[in-house]
Amino acid sequence: MGTLLKVTDLEIRFHIPEGVVYAVNGISYIIAEGETLAIVGESGCGKSVSMMSILGLIPIPPGEIAGGSAVYQGRDLLQLSDVEMEHVRGTDISMVFQEPMTALNPVLTIGRQITESLTTHLGMNDRQAEERAAQLLEAVGIPDGVRRLGDYPHQFSGGMRQRVMIAIALSCNPSLLIADEPTTALDVTIQAQIVELVIQLREQLGMAIIWITHDLGVVAGLADRVIVMYAGYIVEEAEVDSLYNDPRHPYTLALLAALPRADRRRDRRLASIPGAPPNLLIKPQGCPFAPRCQFVLDRCWSDTPVLTPTGSDHGNGHRAACWVNVKTGAPR
Amino acid sequence: MTRYVIRRLLQAIPLLLFISMVLFVLMRNIGDPLATMGGRRVTRSSDRERLTRQLGLDKPLYVQYFYWLIGNDWTKMDLDGDGVAETPGRMRGVLRGDFGTSLVNRGKPVLEVIWERLPNTLLLMITSEVVVILCALVVGVYSALRQYSLTDQIVTTISFFGYSLPIFFIALLSIYIFAVNFKRWGLPYLPAVGMFDPQVGKTPSQVILHMVLPVFSLSFIYLAAYSRYIRSTMLEVLSQDYIRTAKSKGLPRRTIIFLHALKNAALPIVTVVGLDLPFLLAGAVVTERIFAWPGMGRLFLDHVSRADTPVVMGILMLISIAVIVFQLITDIMYAWLDPRIRYD
Repeated sequence: MGTLLKVTDLEIRFHIPEGVVYAVNGISYIIAEGETLAIVGESGCGKSVSMMSILGLIPIPPGEIAGGSAVYQGRDLLQLSDVEMEHVRGTDISMVFQEPMTALNPVLTIGRQITESLTTHLGMNDRQAEERAAQLLEAVGIPDGVRRLGDYPHQFSGGMRQRVMIAIALSCNPSLLIADEPTTALDVTIQAQIVELVIQLREQLGMAIIWITHDLGVVAGLADRVIVMYAGYIVEEAEVDSLYNDPRHPYTLALLAALPRADRRRDRRLASIPGAPPNLLIKPQGCPFAPRCQFVLDRCWSDTPVLTPTGSDHGNGHRAACWVNVKTGAPR
Repeated sequence: MTRYVIRRLLQAIPLLLFISMVLFVLMRNIGDPLATMGGRRVTRSSDRERLTRQLGLDKPLYVQYFYWLIGNDWTKMDLDGDGVAETPGRMRGVLRGDFGTSLVNRGKPVLEVIWERLPNTLLLMITSEVVVILCALVVGVYSALRQYSLTDQIVTTISFFGYSLPIFFIALLSIYIFAVNFKRWGLPYLPAVGMFDPQVGKTPSQVILHMVLPVFSLSFIYLAAYSRYIRSTMLEVLSQDYIRTAKSKGLPRRTIIFLHALKNAALPIVTVVGLDLPFLLAGAVVTERIFAWPGMGRLFLDHVSRADTPVVMGILMLISIAVIVFQLITDIMYAWLDPRIRYD
């Protein structure tokens, strides 16, 4: 499989009255065609921002792309003009957002909101676009698509609206779908349905998916590979099985330990990570996880660890940014 | 929807009755219509007694209101003061479309008095409103898109001046510059008074020329408030999630701004415009006065200062009805703009 998107040393900052927020601090990753990549991390770790920057959706100012590149089909997306970017958004790369209740325009019909992508990007006329829109609605599991085209967002439930958002995102057959916590705002049964729908559509359409989430449970059944982010850094990257069975960064270890599990005693308290995420207003120095880390060494406070292949199985691309071997607690 | 409109119109009836009562009582208590009868000399006391009877001012207030409302042609009036009511009344009452006759204008019917002025006022006010809304949309949307840019700062400063200055100052300043000084400097200058030059006659080009300064003054003041309002509404809408969705779909910028954003921003804007529209009928008292524009504002001022109840009541009731009608139109516009609003 060929490389679809190659992000290198992406740095994003926000200039706010209190100072500079170091939101993303030089992250690099690759996504292959048809691959599903999950990005996990807690709120504010930079996962959404790094994805939105690829589509040019970060308001500049206050945002600033301080460095890096995002090469897609030989072009650096970060260097494209607004008009060039319009032809990438929605057609090559499209996005589904976290909050389905507010992501659709309340005063336009669902039909209008689906067909406008089709008429804009694929040059369809209104009748063709409506036919296709009705098919799309049925494809995402909304029955009676033709009739529902004339309905407005408030006539749909949250789960249905997220299905509509997915229909819009997939309308022009994108090669990459970025899903920014698409199930977070939905209740658990609907979450499972949406994940199921995306898996089914991926099999039909073969697009690559970047799935942003803070729910490690969802990741297991969906992703090929996982990136763990903390404070604007990628701290670990691995195939999904390798990450769950053999976590190599103290943060990932702590995250997995915090998962509720059916095979543990119910009266035990859930594990949590002591401390709080770092203040992103301070220019990072050393390892960002050091203050909360149980394995912390002296050098963690001064040297920022880089993402390097670890363990005996270098070949499968399991990488972690840590000075410590978490199995032994010894320096690497 | 039809049922909703009918219900709203029925609800308006008691409201209008109540408004008319309050206004009638206030009008009868703010001045003496007989003081000069519109002339320059004080009315003689011998005439005063006769006029009081003839105009029905000797009756108790509630009877006067009653006559104003339903007329007095079903009863006889005592006009000569001999204690015998022998002359049949001639008022048919507001409910039958008779707003009575002006007290100070030698018995001219109220509707005729108003009708002479209303077109002039509508011409001036509608032109200003259209200019204001169009300019405010351009300015408001532009400065929302370029928030905190140099242009936005300049426009904001100018609107702040416009909002703070009293209209008479703008009016007099514009006369001073464009009429007085332009004439002195030998430049083509604008007329400052009236609707047309009597020597040329009431031609369309004359009227347009005479409208420039009053329309400019009125627009300058209201432009500030409207454009600030549109700017803040647009800013709020542009930060919504669905605008980010529209961007992520790769829609052209103008579709995002003029369809996705403006249709959402239209609702609060329509509310404000809907509240302002009925007062277009009232005219602009100060502006019409300064530019000697023969409109409703001046009519109102002239007649209220002489306590001419029928004419003032006519104007006020016209405005009250307009307020109710425009509120209804605004509500119908809501339902048209926002599918979430339904009146069933």
